[in-house]
Amino acid sequence: MSEVEETLKRIQAHKGVTGVIVVNQEGIPIRSNLDNSTTVQYSGLYHQLTAKARSVVRDIDPQNDLTFLRIRSKKHEIMVAPDKEYLLIVIQNPTES
Amino acid sequence: MPPKKLAAKNAGLTSSSTKIQSQSKVSRRGKDDDESRMGDEDDEWMQPKILMKPDDQLDLSAEELKEEFTRILTANNPHAPNNIVRYSFKECCYKMKMGVDQLAVHFSMDGNMLHKESDEGKRQLTRLGLGDGPSEQNLSEMEIPGEEDLEVEQEGEEAEKDAPKEVAVTKPPEQAALRNQFNYSERASQTFNNPYRERGTSTEPPPRTNFSATANQWEIYDAYVEDLEAQEKAKEKKSRDKDDKDKKNKAMIVEQTSADEIFTRIGKPAKIVERMVNQNTHDEIAQDFKYWEDASDEFKGNEGTLLPLWPFKSEKGKKFSATAVVFNPIYDDMFAVAHGSYDFLKQSTGLVCIYSLKNPSFPEFTYTTDSGVMSLDFHPEHPYLIAVGFYDGAVAVYNLREKTNSPAYISSAKSGKHTDPVWQVYWQENDLDNQLNFFSISSDGRVTCWSLIKNELQGTDIILIRMQPDNDVDSGVGMDLACGTCFDFHKSTDYLFLVGTEEGKIHKCSKHYSSQFLDTYDAHHMAVYAVRWNNFHPRVFASCSADWTVKIWDHNYSEPMFTFDLGSSVGDVVWSPYSATVFGAVTDDGQVHIFDLSQEKYEPLCQQSVVQKKKTKVNHLAFNQHYPIIAVGDDRGNAMTLKLSPNLRKAVREKTYSKENEIAKMEKLLELVREPSSK
Repeated sequence: MSEVEETLKRIQAHKGVTGVIVVNQEGIPIRSNLDNSTTVQYSGLYHQLTAKARSVVRDIDPQNDLTFLRIRSKKHEIMVAPDKEYLLIVIQNPTES
Repeated sequence: MPPKKLAAKNAGLTSSSTKIQSQSKVSRRGKDDDESRMGDEDDEWMQPKILMKPDDQLDLSAEELKEEFTRILTANNPHAPNNIVRYSFKECCYKMKMGVDQLAVHFSMDGNMLHKESDEGKRQLTRLGLGDGPSEQNLSEMEIPGEEDLEVEQEGEEAEKDAPKEVAVTKPPEQAALRNQFNYSERASQTFNNPYRERGTSTEPPPRTNFSATANQWEIYDAYVEDLEAQEKAKEKKSRDKDDKDKKNKAMIVEQTSADEIFTRIGKPAKIVERMVNQNTHDEIAQDFKYWEDASDEFKGNEGTLLPLWPFKSEKGKKFSATAVVFNPIYDDMFAVAHGSYDFLKQSTGLVCIYSLKNPSFPEFTYTTDSGVMSLDFHPEHPYLIAVGFYDGAVAVYNLREKTNSPAYISSAKSGKHTDPVWQVYWQENDLDNQLNFFSISSDGRVTCWSLIKNELQGTDIILIRMQPDNDVDSGVGMDLACGTCFDFHKSTDYLFLVGTEEGKIHKCSKHYSSQFLDTYDAHHMAVYAVRWNNFHPRVFASCSADWTVKIWDHNYSEPMFTFDLGSSVGDVVWSPYSATVFGAVTDDGQVHIFDLSQEKYEPLCQQSVVQKKKTKVNHLAFNQHYPIIAVGDDRGNAMTLKLSPNLRKAVREKTYSKENEIAKMEKLLELVREPSSK
């Protein structure tokens, strides 16, 4: 098992983490531990949001780039870590832990 | 069109042209009855060629015919007189007339054609009632019949009159008389008309798609960066054409592993997310780490407290005890914990864990080793290099950049590894050849310098710790060597270092003299566990021992300046990086003691148990250079981070805080201590 695989496993096993989704460039989920419809919804919407967020950052300074996006909602904290080709979306319930 | 016209004009002018016409007619015969009939008429009209001879022609023989007579044709009139003489009255004599008219007229006839512009022409025209005269339009119209009705042969005026009536209507018949004074014939014929052909093919239209996008500034920037990279790559390719085959092989390997690649690529985001998840979970601790200051300190006088922050545990490290805790000198959040065992009977494998404060749940790096790890040190300039000392006497260097579990360098029996546990390792400045090197100390009584040469470690013994340096007895090999347990190098004087031994002695040594010590302190009754030079004051060092004591020394005096009895074996003593007078010590009863000599000379400011379970020994302690925290390692393999309360770092909060001030403070203390002893 690769090191990254282990890291993902640890994140999944972490207290309060309800979902881990890996999304590719086109917004298609590659790996997820949620049910299908939720996964598709999350990945489609957050893919768009991340693209927009990155655009905002880069429009201001082209040499800059988005590295992390955190959204704190009433119920969850959604963390999006964009890479060049993939997005890692993690949904955590911080109050639970 | 043109060929028809041409034929019409040529008709009757030359016999050759008629010939062509007749041929074309023949080819058309049978197609059209009308035409064939007309063709017959043509033949009647045409006369065959007959050689005409004048009656009085001479009959010449062949030879006579071939005879050549040369006649020269000149412009001179042979009948013109060439010697006309006239009398000149002016000169009163006869004179030859030079210019003779050479013109000879053979035939002349007055025509009856008039120029239409001339007076006579105009008069005639008015008489005919044509007004100004035939306009150009009329003239051109006159030509039309010949062009339009080509099939019809027109002969003389009758033909003209037979010609299309609409033309005749517009023009009076007299006009024809005007023009056609001569009896001429006009013939028209049509040559074979090549049928017009139009040819066209339509190709399949190329597929089209609509594409639209807005180019952002950053997209343009990216495109330029990509282009630049591509150019650089192209350059590289040119220079390395030879390795093409190797590359292909590599490419194959890459393709095979592409399935795993997805997960290696999100490696970095995964790490970030893991840290963030941890940050959320341990949010309160993170807040404490950053902002919490113990308000009760104000009412406690000098006393301070330690606030436990994150505990660092790893599954693998559970069965080991922490044998060293070291903060990374460059990355403030990173620290390494060495795992091994101090128990002679429980030796097994070892472990090196490198943690980050950002991720308390799992170590960033782990290295498992064959032997227990006893000591480790980060290189001060290359924070990715870790020197490690093992229980079996080997030393190794790990490179965090390399993703292997094996050390980058390891000493072997051949390169002169230690025969006993290596208790401490310490990186040195690069040597004269600019090679990385570090020192190690072991129970076998040797202090060895290891240089990293290419891919191996080369050891040189710097000093042998003899039991009694005064007693020069050659009794056996190594029997008279003492067991080194710890050492420390002077912060500013390069060659000076201290060595602590199992016998309780501390030797002041120099790298330059391998045979003898500069000084020896009868420091402790039991093994010295740590010696540390002060971070500010150049003469002061501290030592701790299994005899329950911590001692503070001035290296010029053989007696300690301060002695503190902590009631249990002291595993480690460390000077704080922020003050000359603050140091911490950890004891086997699981307590951390923090002293500030400038505030309290006899008692610790803080004495706090930091372990959950009783009987847990705390072995090691490390101060962070930047944050007000310490990390302690216990014998259950855990590492604990603790925050120093404001009272424990008063020095930093003073307005007069400076390096010089800290040294002065220490100097003052030393004087105070020395005075009573001198009296």
